[in-house]
Amino acid sequence: MIERTPWLNLVTHAILFTGLFILVVPIYLVIVAASQTLPDVMAIPAKLLPGDQLLVNIRAAWEEAAFGTKFTNTMILPTGVVVGKIVIAALTAFGIVFFNHRLRMPIFWMVFITLMLPLEVRIVPTYAVAANALSPFQTILDVTGFSWLINAVSGIEVALEWNLLNSYTGLIMPLVATATGTFLYRQFFLTIPDELVEAAKMDGAGPLRFLWDILIPLSRTNMAALATIMFVVGWNQYLWPLLIITDPSYGVAAVELSRLVPNMNTTGGDIPNWHWAMAGTLIVMLPPVAVVIFMQRWFVRGLINTDK
Amino acid sequence: MRRAYFKNNWIAALVVAPQLLIIFVFFYWPSSQALYWAFTLEQPWGGGNEWVWFENFAYLLSDDRYWQSVRVSTVYALATTALAMGMALILALFADRQLRGYKSFRIGLIWPYAVAAPAIGLAFRFIFNPSAGVASYLNYAFPDFWDPIMNGSHAMTMVIIAGAWKQVSYSFIFFLAGLQSIPRSLTEAAAMDGARPMRRMMDIQLPLLTPTFFFLLVINITDSFTDSFGIVDTMTSGGPARATNLMVYKIYEDGFRGLDYSGAAAQSIILMILVISLTFIQFRYVERRVHYT
Repeated sequence: MIERTPWLNLVTHAILFTGLFILVVPIYLVIVAASQTLPDVMAIPAKLLPGDQLLVNIRAAWEEAAFGTKFTNTMILPTGVVVGKIVIAALTAFGIVFFNHRLRMPIFWMVFITLMLPLEVRIVPTYAVAANALSPFQTILDVTGFSWLINAVSGIEVALEWNLLNSYTGLIMPLVATATGTFLYRQFFLTIPDELVEAAKMDGAGPLRFLWDILIPLSRTNMAALATIMFVVGWNQYLWPLLIITDPSYGVAAVELSRLVPNMNTTGGDIPNWHWAMAGTLIVMLPPVAVVIFMQRWFVRGLINTDK
Repeated sequence: MRRAYFKNNWIAALVVAPQLLIIFVFFYWPSSQALYWAFTLEQPWGGGNEWVWFENFAYLLSDDRYWQSVRVSTVYALATTALAMGMALILALFADRQLRGYKSFRIGLIWPYAVAAPAIGLAFRFIFNPSAGVASYLNYAFPDFWDPIMNGSHAMTMVIIAGAWKQVSYSFIFFLAGLQSIPRSLTEAAAMDGARPMRRMMDIQLPLLTPTFFFLLVINITDSFTDSFGIVDTMTSGGPARATNLMVYKIYEDGFRGLDYSGAAAQSIILMILVISLTFIQFRYVERRVHYT
C-alpha cells in the first residue's frame, strides 16, 4: 500500500525485532557457552559475551562424541530417505494418476492413511518389525498353513529372518514408509495437461518413456522441495535411531548429542561439560539450518504443499 | 478429470508395488500388531499371547500414572500450541506488511524449524539450568527462585517453552503463505474505502485466515502429542517425579524400559485414536464450516 504510516511502521519493526530476538537469543547463548571455558560458563553473573575457545570446544566435542563416524551416518540417513522418498513417491503417484484401473482410489486411500499416524505413535510394533523385517510374511505363511505345506512337501522349515537393527536399511526404510512425497507428486501430476499425454502416446512413447523423458524433467522443482524437507526431517531423527542403533559405528549425531551431557538424575551431580555440549549442539544444528536458509524457496514450497 | 491414460496395467502394478510393500511392512503390519498386542497379554513363561479383551485398557484407565501422563500431555499440547500459534500469527501479520528488511526477517523467523529437537532440548536445558548460565544468576539474586531439576512445574514450563520455540516457525510459514494468498484486490479495495492498515488486518486478513488457523490448530495439537519425544528425553527424561512424562515418552518408557509391550500397545492405540479423531475433525467439520473466499 502507498499510505504513510510512520508510527505503525515503527511498531511493526519493533514487533518483528522482538520476535527475532526471542528466536535468536537461545542460540546466541549456545554460541556464547560454546566459546568459553568451563569456569566462565559456570560464572555468576553469567558472562554474556563470546570467549575465544570456540574452535577448541568444537574440537573437544567432536572427539568426545566421536562425531567423525556419526556425521557420516547422519549424512547417509537423510540421503537415503531423500532418494528413497523421491523415487518411490514419483513412481506411486505416476501409477495412480496416469493409469485408469479400478484399484486407483483404494491405493490412493491406503497411501493417504499413512499420513495420519506418525512413527512415534506406533513405535513399539515398528521396532518389532525392524528386528525381523520378514516377520509379517512369516506370520502370514504360518497362519494360512503354507509353512506347514512347504515343510511337508520339501522338508524345508520356513524361517524367514531379516534383521534390520543396527543397519542403514533399518534406519531409512520406516522413514520412507509415509505418504508425504506421494502427495506432492500427485498434486503436480494432476496439473499435467491431457494433451501432453496424448502427444506422447501419438509419438509412440510408452508409459515408462513418458515418465522418464517428460515427467521427471518437469518435476525438478518438486524434487528440490521434497529433498529439502526430507533432508531436514531425516537429519533431525532422534527416537528411531535411538531405538534401533545400539552399535556405536551406526550411531547418528543427534542421538550422540544427548550423551554429551550426563543426566543429572543418574550421575552423582558432577558439573557437566556444558561448553562441549553446546559446541556439539552447534555442530549438529548447523547443516539443516544452512540447507533451509540456502534452499528457502523450495523449502517453503515443499512444506506448504506436503502438509509436512 | 483426466481423459488420457496409459493402458498397460502391468506397469501400473509394478510402479506402485514398492510403496505398497513398504507401507505394508512398516505401517500396516505394525499398526495391526499394536492392536493385537493391546488386546492380548504375553504369558510370563512363554507360550504365546493370551487374549484378554479390554483388560489392558481397563488397567491403564484405572492407573493414576497414566492419567497424570494424559493431563501433562494435554497441558503441554495446549500451552505450546497457544504460545507458538499466537506468536506466529502476530509475527506473520506484521511481516506481511512487507516493509524494509522483510526478506531478512522472514529468513530469521523460518530457520528454527530446521533445528533438531534434541539440540533444542539440550540448548534450553543449559539455558534454564539452575546452576550454570543465565538462570543461575536469577537463583543467585533470589535464592530458590528457579529449579527445574527438582520442581515439577518449573520443569514443565521449561519443556513448554522449548516446545513452543520449536513450533513457531512452522506456523509462521503457513500463516504468511495464507496471508499472501489473500487477493490483493480485497485489501486494495478496503484501502480505497479508507481502512487503515490495522483495520484491514482485523476486518479482512484475520477473518480470511480462519482456514489456515484451524488447519494449524489441528496440526500443532497433533504434533505436540506425538512429536515431543526428543525434547522431553534430552531435557528432563520425564521427571522430576513424572511431572513431564508426556504420553509418547511414557509409551517409550513402558515399552522399551519396562518391556510391557501390551501396556505400551494399549497406550499407542489410545494415542492413535486421539490423533485420528483430531484429523477427522479437521476434515469433517473444520474444512466445511470455514468459508473460503
